[in-house]
Amino acid sequence: MYVELKNINKSFGDHKASDDVSFGIEKGKLIGLLGPSGSGKTTILRMIAGLEQQDSGDIIIDGKVVNNIPAAKREIGFVFQNYALFRYMTVFENIAFGLKVQKKDKQFIRERVGELIELIGLSGLEKRYPSQLSGGQRQRVAFARALAPNPQLLLLDEPFAAIDAKVRQELRSWLKDMIEKLGVTSIFVTHDQDEAIEVADEIIITNNGRIEQVGTPLEVYQNPQTAFTAGFFGQTAVLENYTDFHTFEKPNGAEKAFVRPEFISVTKKNEPQKFKSSAVEGTVERVAFRGNNMELSIRANGALLTAKRGLDAAEIHVGEKVDVFIYRLFVTVGEKAVLLENQSAREGSVFI
Amino acid sequence: MDKTQDQSKNAKIVKWLLISISTLFIAVMLLLPLVTVIIEAFRQGFEVYLKAIADEYTVKATLLTLEATLFAVVINTVFGLFAAWTVTKFKFHGKKLLTTLIDIPVTVSPIIAGLIFVLTFGRQSFIYPLLEKADVKIVFAVPGIVLATIFVTFPFISRELIPVLEAQGTDEEEAAALMGASLPRIFTKVTFPHIKWAFLYGVVLCTARAMGEFGAVSVLSGHIRGKTNTLPLHVEILFNEFKYVPAFAVSSILVILAVIVLIIRSVVEYHGKKDG
Repeated sequence: MYVELKNINKSFGDHKASDDVSFGIEKGKLIGLLGPSGSGKTTILRMIAGLEQQDSGDIIIDGKVVNNIPAAKREIGFVFQNYALFRYMTVFENIAFGLKVQKKDKQFIRERVGELIELIGLSGLEKRYPSQLSGGQRQRVAFARALAPNPQLLLLDEPFAAIDAKVRQELRSWLKDMIEKLGVTSIFVTHDQDEAIEVADEIIITNNGRIEQVGTPLEVYQNPQTAFTAGFFGQTAVLENYTDFHTFEKPNGAEKAFVRPEFISVTKKNEPQKFKSSAVEGTVERVAFRGNNMELSIRANGALLTAKRGLDAAEIHVGEKVDVFIYRLFVTVGEKAVLLENQSAREGSVFI
Repeated sequence: MDKTQDQSKNAKIVKWLLISISTLFIAVMLLLPLVTVIIEAFRQGFEVYLKAIADEYTVKATLLTLEATLFAVVINTVFGLFAAWTVTKFKFHGKKLLTTLIDIPVTVSPIIAGLIFVLTFGRQSFIYPLLEKADVKIVFAVPGIVLATIFVTFPFISRELIPVLEAQGTDEEEAAALMGASLPRIFTKVTFPHIKWAFLYGVVLCTARAMGEFGAVSVLSGHIRGKTNTLPLHVEILFNEFKYVPAFAVSSILVILAVIVLIIRSVVEYHGKKDG
C-alpha cells in the first residue's frame, strides 16, 4: 500500500468527523472519496495533506509514518475546492510558486512551467491573472500548480464542484486522462456519485465519519455491502414492506429494501409478459423524457418507484394502470445489505 | 403611459431635491468654515500670515505634531497589521474579545483616554516612582503626547484590514504553506498584495486623525509652549489669547495638511477600486 490510514479518529468539538477510519491505496491509482456532505471526506483529505492533525491513528505515505511531518514537507500537491489561485499572480507565477519556494534555478523553473502550461493547454495565457480566466481554465491552472513540484501524492477537494455542468463533463475525462498519463497517485473528494463512478479507479464511500465500503466503481455499485451504500447509488426507491411485491424470500432480520430503476420492468396491461403472476399493479404518476429513455414514477403498494422504459416501446401515460415486476432488490439486515433475486425469475431462467 | 411619465418626473424631482440638500449641507457645514479659515488667516495680508506661521512656537508645534503623527502611524501600522493578521488567519480563544478591545479608542472619549494615561503614569500612579527612577517623563511631556496619539488612532489600520482579510479567507495562504512557503514569503507574496490598498487607506486615515488629535493630547500635554504644544493645542491657546489672525493662520496649516491627506486618500481609493 502506498498510502495507508490506520484507525484515524478526529473530532471537531462534539462532532466526530472521522470514526476509526482505515484504508489503503495502491501506487498510481486514482481514488474517489465519495459521500454526502458532512460525511467527513474532506477532513480525511486535509489530514492526509497535513492541514489538519488527527486525534489518534497513523497516516503512512510510501512506507513512512507522516504524523509528525508538517504539511509542507509531505510532498503533496493539493487542489482546493475553489482553487485558491494566488489572485495577484499571473498563471506563470502561480505555477512557478512552489518551484521558487524550493529555490530551483530560473532556467529550470521556466522549462518546467512551460511544460505544464503546454500540458494543460493554456499556452499563450501565461500572463493572464486568475480573474481573467474561465472556471475550467482556473481549475487547470490549480492542477498544474499542484503538480509543478512533482508531488508524490495529489489531493483534490471537490475538483469539479465550482464548474458548470457542460465543462465539468469535459474536465472529468481530461483530468482522468491527465492523471493516468502522469501516473501520480491521486485522491479526489466528491459528493457526486456519477463523478466518482466515471473518474475513479477505486471508490471509498464515507458516511458519518466512517468508511462504508471500498472497491472499484462496478463493485460498489453492483455489490453494496452496507445499507447506506445500497441506498446511495442510483435513483433508488425505498420499500418499507418489500414482501408486498411478490416472490422475494425474507432472510432473518430483513427490514426494508432498495430498488434501482434498472431492476424494474414495466409492462402495459395489453402487453405479453413473462412473470404475470409475480407482478403487481401500479399507477403511473409522472412521465419524464430523459433524452434516451422515458422515466416513469409509479405508485405501487404505497411505494413510489422509479423505472425506465425505452423510447421504442409503446407510450405510457400519466394515470395509466401498469404491471410492475421487480427482478432483484437490496434488502437491509441491520447495517448490512443483501442482494435478493426474484424467485420466479430464477425459476423462469431454469426453464429457459 | 401618463402614469409612468409622472413617475419618472417625480423620480427626477426627488433626485434633484436630494442633490441640492446634500450640496447645501456640505457647503454650509464644511466648505464655508474651511474658506473662512483661509480668509481669516489672510485678513491682515500675506506678511502677517507669514509672520504668524514663521513664529518660533508655531514651527515647534508643527514639528511636534509631525513627530507624534510619525510615531503613531509607524507603531499603529505594525500593530494594525499584526492584529488584523492574527484575528483573521488564526483560530483561538478570546478572539472576539480582542476585536472588541481594538475598537475601544473609537468609542471612548479622547478626554477620558487622556485622563487614563495621567492616572496610569502620573504622580498618583504606583508606576510613577519607577518612572522617576528611570528618569522617564510621560505626563506633561512629549512621550505622553505620542502615547495619547497612538492610543486614539490605533484601531484605524486594523479596522480597514480585518474585513478585507476576512473576505479573502485562508485558502491561498494554506496553498502557499502547503508548498513550503515561509510565513514572511506568504505575507509578502500572497497576503499583502491583497490588502495593499486597504492598508494604505488605513495609514492615510490614521495620519489624518493623528495630526488633528486634540482631546487626549490636551490632557497629557500640560500646554508648555515650545515644548509640549501640538498644532491643535497651539491654535486653542492663540484663540484664547484673542490672537485671531495667528490662530487662523496656524489653523490653515492643519487645513492644508488635511487637504493633502484627502487627495492622497482619493488616489488610494481610486487605485484600490481599480484593482478590485
